[in-house]
Amino acid sequence: MAAQTLYDKIWQAHSVGKRKDGNNLLYIDLQLLHEVTSPQAFEGLALHKRPLWRVDANLATPDHNVPTTDRALGFKGITDLIALEQVVTLDDNCKSFGVTQFEIDDPRQGIVHVVGPEQGATLPGMTIVCGDSHTSTHGAFAALAQGVGTSEVEHVMATQCLVQNKAKNFAVIVDGQLQPGVSAKDLVLTIIGKLGTAGATGHTIEYRGEAIRSLSMEGRMTLCNMAIEAGARAGLVAVDDTTIDYVRGRPFAPSGEQWEKAEAYWRTLVTDEGAHFDKTLRLNAADIAPQVSWGTSPEMVTGIDGHVPHLEELETDVQREAAGHAFKYMGLQPGKPIVDIEVNRVFIGSCTNARIEDLRAAAAVVRGRKLAANVKEALVVPGSGLVKAEAEAEGLAQIFIDAGFQWRAAGCSMCLGMNPDRLAPGEHCASTSNRNFEGRQGHGGRTHLVSPAMAAAAAVAGHFVDVREWL
Amino acid sequence: MLAFTTHTGAVAPLDRVNVDTDQIIPKQYLKSIKRTGFGDYLFDGWRFLDEGSIGMTPNERAINHDFVLNSPDYQGASILLARDNFGCGSSREHAVWALQEFGFRAVIAPSFADIFYGNCFKNGLLPIVLDSKIIDQLFAETQSNFELKIDLSSQTVVTPGGDTFAFEIDPVLKDKMLSGMDDIDMTLAERELIEQFETGHRARQPWLFERDFSDGKSAESNNTEGQAS
Repeated sequence: MAAQTLYDKIWQAHSVGKRKDGNNLLYIDLQLLHEVTSPQAFEGLALHKRPLWRVDANLATPDHNVPTTDRALGFKGITDLIALEQVVTLDDNCKSFGVTQFEIDDPRQGIVHVVGPEQGATLPGMTIVCGDSHTSTHGAFAALAQGVGTSEVEHVMATQCLVQNKAKNFAVIVDGQLQPGVSAKDLVLTIIGKLGTAGATGHTIEYRGEAIRSLSMEGRMTLCNMAIEAGARAGLVAVDDTTIDYVRGRPFAPSGEQWEKAEAYWRTLVTDEGAHFDKTLRLNAADIAPQVSWGTSPEMVTGIDGHVPHLEELETDVQREAAGHAFKYMGLQPGKPIVDIEVNRVFIGSCTNARIEDLRAAAAVVRGRKLAANVKEALVVPGSGLVKAEAEAEGLAQIFIDAGFQWRAAGCSMCLGMNPDRLAPGEHCASTSNRNFEGRQGHGGRTHLVSPAMAAAAAVAGHFVDVREWL
Repeated sequence: MLAFTTHTGAVAPLDRVNVDTDQIIPKQYLKSIKRTGFGDYLFDGWRFLDEGSIGMTPNERAINHDFVLNSPDYQGASILLARDNFGCGSSREHAVWALQEFGFRAVIAPSFADIFYGNCFKNGLLPIVLDSKIIDQLFAETQSNFELKIDLSSQTVVTPGGDTFAFEIDPVLKDKMLSGMDDIDMTLAERELIEQFETGHRARQPWLFERDFSDGKSAESNNTEGQAS
């Protein structure tokens, strides 16, 4: 058999065949559900009197809309009545269709992309979908995980299949080791800066190389999470000891004899020697500085030692025109050093960076320090109730609270501002989230994407600083 | 799903690259549990100067007269002319629903983001990819009541000046768009094929089946009981 990439292998293992119209059907092992993109799908099923194809292949939790305060109040903590209806609708749908839901007051509730791996619902070699583009996160486990629209959510509910053509293979190879203070977030922002937001459209990215092998599962999840920001629907990392060690003992991971069998199979989930990649990007980890985005697209990013670009430094007319819009929206002048950008708000959270390792990295910077006077508010929003509990047990929560941060309950929060956590117009936010689009974190809000350590340092300094100098 | 065969309509030019789905339909409108009601909020942050919320109507909003869709020249347009990587970002299908409800039947761009592109075909909004040079020409020619004729069968876009541009489209997606057939019905027609695959898949990877996520109510008990033995 010809040498296969990891993506080729997972694709082949889930290829059902073709429909009469010639479309490929890809079998889906797990669908994660949340309140925002599922109600219309459940409604579609009900209207057509279609059952779920496999109830046991679905897992739900509310995350986008839930308030990060007053969690003990359950539904009553949601003051936005429209948001409440959406969360209650998820609850009703899960009950009537028999889907397990980690409810709003369950300690396991959290951001779906944090909860799935944490519970061992996400397993290597799986196909996973969710009505959320950051589903690519689960690719860290060598699972083919993709964001889908609501019609596809409904389609998978009813048929357990996705109608899809195979994507191409893209290898992103990272040699060497990241410097201390430089994280997976800085790495992925660098990659997006090089590829552009459409650089990997039509491809599945496999992250390869020494630097990737050295990353923890948390770091790999951060990396895969933002594959979509380079246009790739999915990102992947091959299985190794790090993967296996993370999955072992998780609540919904197999055990006993099943585990032995599963592990043996998972160990085969690596790209064969000599397999073909349609595109390759190679970079050296040691060259990467902590990154800060300056614009309104994740590709508008530079090192902490850099500056907001001058138009003549950009390569194409298209980039220059987009940068012109971005300067205006962000209120930034070309040539401004990144370290001179003042920060008014700080957000540490999201499916990109709200796992325990992220909170540890941020707390290590914050320990014994205080928020700068010009920072109006700094939020820490753990990715799940269990991450929150773990951080509290380790004393991280107290470090943040002592420094003047607000310690919140789990959810998507200010990553997209569907709940009450939002920026005011003109505010600059150091954010560990994934998108700096106009208005993403609040009408007129100005987002700068950074790593947890960089967000923590900005919170203390009141402007961006090179966290490597603080180590 | 709405079928698409031919359509003739006026063009509105949106001259920006990387238009993301957060711009097409901002997050505050995603709280709806319906598939309708999004058209009034299409490109909300660009069409209006104030911050809107669900339930507000356009006539109670502060209009941004500088935005192209508010220009009297492009009222009633049903074809959106756009730039590279249109629809990037979030997977929200609400973006497609909003474009359709506003009145668009087709979007023409040099490239689209993958998830958005797929979502279009689930709803009968035709995404047409044309070469950047042709797109440049169309932007240059577009003015008030500039009408294009789109014929999906022949895969052509015809300008008022008589230029005919052919576009590529996956034949399977094309047929689906022409027929407007329900995707789920088409897949369920292959029930036996899926069941046959599932049987083999279950034998190969049994740990993926009969997973009881409801097992154990509290996290603590799960954490200990779940330990691999």
